[in-house]
Amino acid sequence: MAEKKKTCELFDCGHRACGGCGAALAARLVTQAAGPETIVVNSTGCMEVFSTPYPETAWKVPWIHSLFENASAVASGIEASLKKQGRKEKIVIMAGDGATFDIGMICISGAFERGHDFAYICYDNEAYMNTGIQRSGATPYDASTTTSPAGTCSFGNKRPKKDMPAILAAHGAPYVATASIAYPADLRQKVEKAINTPGPCYVQVHVPCCTGWGFEADQTIAIAKLAIETGLWANFEMADGQVIKVKKVVRKPVEEYLKTQKRFRHLFKPKRQDTEIAHIQAIADRNAEKYNLDIKLKKESS
Amino acid sequence: MMEITEGSHAVAEAVRLCRPQVVSAYPITPQTHIVEDLADFVANGRLDAEYITVENEFSALSACIGASAAGSRVYSATTSQGLALMFEVCFNAAGMRLPIIMSIANRALGAPLSIWNDMQDSISLRDSGWLQFYAEDNQEATDLHFIAYKVAENPKIQLPAFVCFDGFILSHTYEPIDVLSQEQVDRYLPKYNPAEKLDAKDPISFGMYATPEYYLEFRYEMDQAQKLAKDVIAKAGKEFGTMFGRDYSAFVEGYHLDDAETALVAMGSICGTVKDAVDEMRAAGKKVGLLKIRVFRPFPSEEIAKALSKAKRVAVLDKNISLGSKGGATAIEVRDAMYGSATPVKGYILGLGGRDIRKKDIKEIVTLCEKGIGDQFYGLRKELI
Repeated sequence: MAEKKKTCELFDCGHRACGGCGAALAARLVTQAAGPETIVVNSTGCMEVFSTPYPETAWKVPWIHSLFENASAVASGIEASLKKQGRKEKIVIMAGDGATFDIGMICISGAFERGHDFAYICYDNEAYMNTGIQRSGATPYDASTTTSPAGTCSFGNKRPKKDMPAILAAHGAPYVATASIAYPADLRQKVEKAINTPGPCYVQVHVPCCTGWGFEADQTIAIAKLAIETGLWANFEMADGQVIKVKKVVRKPVEEYLKTQKRFRHLFKPKRQDTEIAHIQAIADRNAEKYNLDIKLKKESS
Repeated sequence: MMEITEGSHAVAEAVRLCRPQVVSAYPITPQTHIVEDLADFVANGRLDAEYITVENEFSALSACIGASAAGSRVYSATTSQGLALMFEVCFNAAGMRLPIIMSIANRALGAPLSIWNDMQDSISLRDSGWLQFYAEDNQEATDLHFIAYKVAENPKIQLPAFVCFDGFILSHTYEPIDVLSQEQVDRYLPKYNPAEKLDAKDPISFGMYATPEYYLEFRYEMDQAQKLAKDVIAKAGKEFGTMFGRDYSAFVEGYHLDDAETALVAMGSICGTVKDAVDEMRAAGKKVGLLKIRVFRPFPSEEIAKALSKAKRVAVLDKNISLGSKGGATAIEVRDAMYGSATPVKGYILGLGGRDIRKKDIKEIVTLCEKGIGDQFYGLRKELI
């Protein structure tokens, strides 16, 4: 029998995430970057549920979950408490896109405005996955979810993603970034920066969800990569409200990303919806323009 | 030292003397003077605490959860709509067994909007797991804060507590108060040192989810802690009496109750009015008495049944109503406490939304009770209905 390999992960094995879960990988990468002197505040959601069924926990750092919408308020209290006791632990919030873009918005706005010192990591899988794939403010245009189903009169979600990084940058957050589990070194570096920059910092991590998006468990990383390569997800860093760094790409057409996932299947079957695909391509084009994503190839620049 | 001071100010001074390390609160009438005073204390070095000026009451209590879980003594204050906004967080704080103390300057709940006093706010949270203390006057309102911290932080209890006092009637009234010194309070209330907290040296998980195999026992243990709190409150109240001369070991207090034929039951500032009415009715030869309830959670059923055992009839005054039920929460629970007794228990809903209650109203209620009329609103303006 093979000897069980001991891990020294702070987000340890034994949790109940689906095979191929992007959020679980994010938890591992974020805790690797944060280190043991960290208190994690988790909102209600997939990550909280798959990591802490009482009496078991996957977390080897101090961890607290209170409610769905209050992680940033709880973190505010922890920060004040540590300050008063002269303690130096860092505070990392781990919250899903529903907890961040929607229900937690007031708490987030309050905590960022007050300027507490924490790193807020939003693991963005673009819908309420824990309750069964309902749309959130982070769900992309035309994605079919259980509350924005594609049908004879609908192409799915009617609105584009809310621009949370811009909202938090407008609060005066000193460091705001987006990252992807497809680029672990970059993700870890951004988490470290968010933790080590004083004040409230925000990192939004793209975490594909095989169950919610409809793809095979071994495709998680490939799909995360395609999101970046098509310009539908831009990886960037902002310091004091200004974009300072962007991951540039040679862009692929958006349909290479869309056709990998069941949530966009209605755009191709039973017939191809050219107008809708063009609309999504336009979203990627706007991202490319806004963040200057495109690598100019030689033949184009000559 | 005796000082003539406003109720809110006296409460703020008491909170300061308890040395909370984190204060997190949001302004709401009629609680505002307390949080303003605490901010002033922090700004002038009289209170060494982190003061979080949150964006609403929901976050006020959420921040208390984080601060308490990280090992600090914490404080908040609210009322009415603010407490209603905290509904979800209240259950959460109790379930996480965090000894947060929150002052409630009792106020009615909208709609219609009312800034005036009744007890619908805190009474509506009677099932949340928080201990609930109710003050008759401002001396009691201040003293109960020391006792609340002592009980809540007891390792066997670990439950949060409301200290309730009537909005405006007490919060904005000037009364002579015996203000304790820091040295006195330090002797009574030791530093908070929880056995478990969020700490990188000893990582533990707080607030995990429970499957049906575990959830029931969590609730059972909370209920056990509530029951155990009776003994702990009695001891803490007695110790306070021994040290400072005001004994709060009793959950209920009788006033001319021993030979009373009609026993009135009440909570909060109305007890003062009732006592005056009782004095006048006694002078007129009527055998009337009062049973004041100071602790509503844990509910002192046995003490109430015992105290009311000699009465011929009981009139319960409620500044709250469980709409669509037999009446106010106190009447329903007193009736339950007296189950099996032949003594009739009549409930009277009164004073809602700040409607004034005078001695003559108490006398009229006694007359109604003598006639067997009760379980109804008292003081309705018939022309408006």
